[in-house]
Amino acid sequence: MLIQDLIREAQKSILSNKLRSGLTILGIVIGIASVISMISLGEGTQRMIQSNIESLGSNLLTIYPGIIRAGHGIISSGRGFAQSLKNEDIEVIKNIEGVLYVSPEIQRRFQIVAPNGKNTNSTVLGVLPDYFILRNLSLQNGSFFTEEQNKNLNKVAILGATVKEDLFSEDEAIGSTIRINKVNFKVIGVLQPKGGSSFVNFDDMIFIPSLTMQKILTGSDYLSSIVLSAQDKNEVQELKQEITIRLAKKHNVDPQDPDFSIISQADILSTLNQITTTFTLFLAAIAGISLLVGGIGIMNMMLTTVTERTREIGIRKAVGAKRKDIIFQFLTEAIILTSLGGIIGIILGWLISRLISQFIGINTYISFDSIFLAFGVSALIGVIFGYYPAKRAANLNPIEALRYE
Amino acid sequence: MSLIECKNISKIYKNDSVSTVALKNISFTVDKGEFVAIIGPSGSGKSTLMHILGCLDTPTNGHYFLDGIDVLKLSDNELARIRNEKIGFVFQSFNLLPRVNVLDNVILPLIYSNINPKKRVELAREALKKSAFPEEFYYHFPNQLSGGMQQRVAIARALVVNPEIILADEPTGNLDSKTGDEVLMTFKDLNAQGHTIIIITHERYIAQQAKRIIALKDGKIIEDSKNSVSSKEFLKIRE
Repeated sequence: MLIQDLIREAQKSILSNKLRSGLTILGIVIGIASVISMISLGEGTQRMIQSNIESLGSNLLTIYPGIIRAGHGIISSGRGFAQSLKNEDIEVIKNIEGVLYVSPEIQRRFQIVAPNGKNTNSTVLGVLPDYFILRNLSLQNGSFFTEEQNKNLNKVAILGATVKEDLFSEDEAIGSTIRINKVNFKVIGVLQPKGGSSFVNFDDMIFIPSLTMQKILTGSDYLSSIVLSAQDKNEVQELKQEITIRLAKKHNVDPQDPDFSIISQADILSTLNQITTTFTLFLAAIAGISLLVGGIGIMNMMLTTVTERTREIGIRKAVGAKRKDIIFQFLTEAIILTSLGGIIGIILGWLISRLISQFIGINTYISFDSIFLAFGVSALIGVIFGYYPAKRAANLNPIEALRYE
Repeated sequence: MSLIECKNISKIYKNDSVSTVALKNISFTVDKGEFVAIIGPSGSGKSTLMHILGCLDTPTNGHYFLDGIDVLKLSDNELARIRNEKIGFVFQSFNLLPRVNVLDNVILPLIYSNINPKKRVELAREALKKSAFPEEFYYHFPNQLSGGMQQRVAIARALVVNPEIILADEPTGNLDSKTGDEVLMTFKDLNAQGHTIIIITHERYIAQQAKRIIALKDGKIIEDSKNSVSSKEFLKIRE
């Protein structure tokens, strides 16, 4: 039997019962569309997180005091509890070859009051001038503070875009005096909005010189963390080891068991990727169930078709159809049904994921992989769920089939 | 060499504990160009015999040679091929595909013998002409045709592969006597053109149209005779 004969036979049979074929295809359409849209949702989220982290700089390393134990996550590391990082550590790191920029972070939340009486509770971050380069932050207005101002413990502040908005609305902020924890600070700069990164929102922060922070606001030498960038992003891991050894020596601890942890962006990325991959798989699995139900629909329809066409199968066998001719005829029909459902499902899934990003605002991304996968799976479902009915048809006894009413 | 050679054919149906003997030690031969009627009352085993002759079924015991081939030794696929190439079936209830037009119905056996689509149409038209089917109905569907016309399509379908034998199972059973006679005449014409024809019937007047009558009863051949009744006499018998 030629392929075009198989396709022609299948086409005739599908068209001869449009409603039933349509409903059966619908089952596959819904299955494929949900798999496609769910995977696109998962992948979109993954890509969003990835680009967020990469926008923070892929050559960045962050040193936290204390130990972050495996399995306890990076994000809930309770930084600030351990007090093992000090200003001297900055000097040690600065002298390591391969380090480009370095800045401490001293983080604390304070009540902030503007001259007009508006107030807000926000994160105040004590940093060095290099921090703005490290974090890729740029000014909307005014200027950054200098090393000089840091050494002189100048009470100057740079506002994130959201903080500025909260305290001053549309008014000019540069030159005004705000009170942070009842101490007067002069606003010298306002940052460009950076947009909501998922983890750190620089727009909702106030930046002041690190020494000013330590001497005037917190009154302690300790650092919340140290951020540094590597000259070469391919040597981040080597740099990480070097810093571990040097800092351990400085702290007089065993490098195998240091009193600090170094996390690279790649570490964070891989952890988050793990989470989003699980999330994607979970969504896909749920959607996969509807695909399975669609497949059972195909099988159900094919079994009905075989029964209805018992006599036809008998005729075909009598005029010389071999077992494999009958098997292929019914398999082709099932595969055409599922492939058709697959194609419509892919289009529908694409539309759904577009609508999700349009109206719900969650990023979606449809990869070619997921399209091929969906199409392959739908054709495979045709084979798997079509095989049993087809085999049943092929095994019919022609004499009995011809007598069938 | 005979076209069909049956040697001591038996067929026993086993159903749980009960076994039914449908054919007992049947032996006969049919030569090329013969027109044979197999006649017998219902339950005489004539349908079973036709299924065996048509390679739809195999005997429990004995040998069946078709065109020199020992059919018992063939696999399912080889049997399908024999049915496709050497046998043309005509059934009592026509057994045309309902969703397919006349021409495609006739083409059906050719689909399974890998003949190219252009050649198929040619052969189908030829076969329809031989079975005296009018050309203006080639694209009609079976349910738009009368019984006699449908049977002509079925005859054309049987003819299209130019088989060694045409096996007709009660071909006039669903037709009124006038169209039945017309169909019988078609078979006679085909026989005159050299086709080997075996008709299975339970009515003697139909059998008398054939050149040879094999009568079955209780699974045994009780009569195997040359038929000398002419067409005119046949019509008389009917009246």
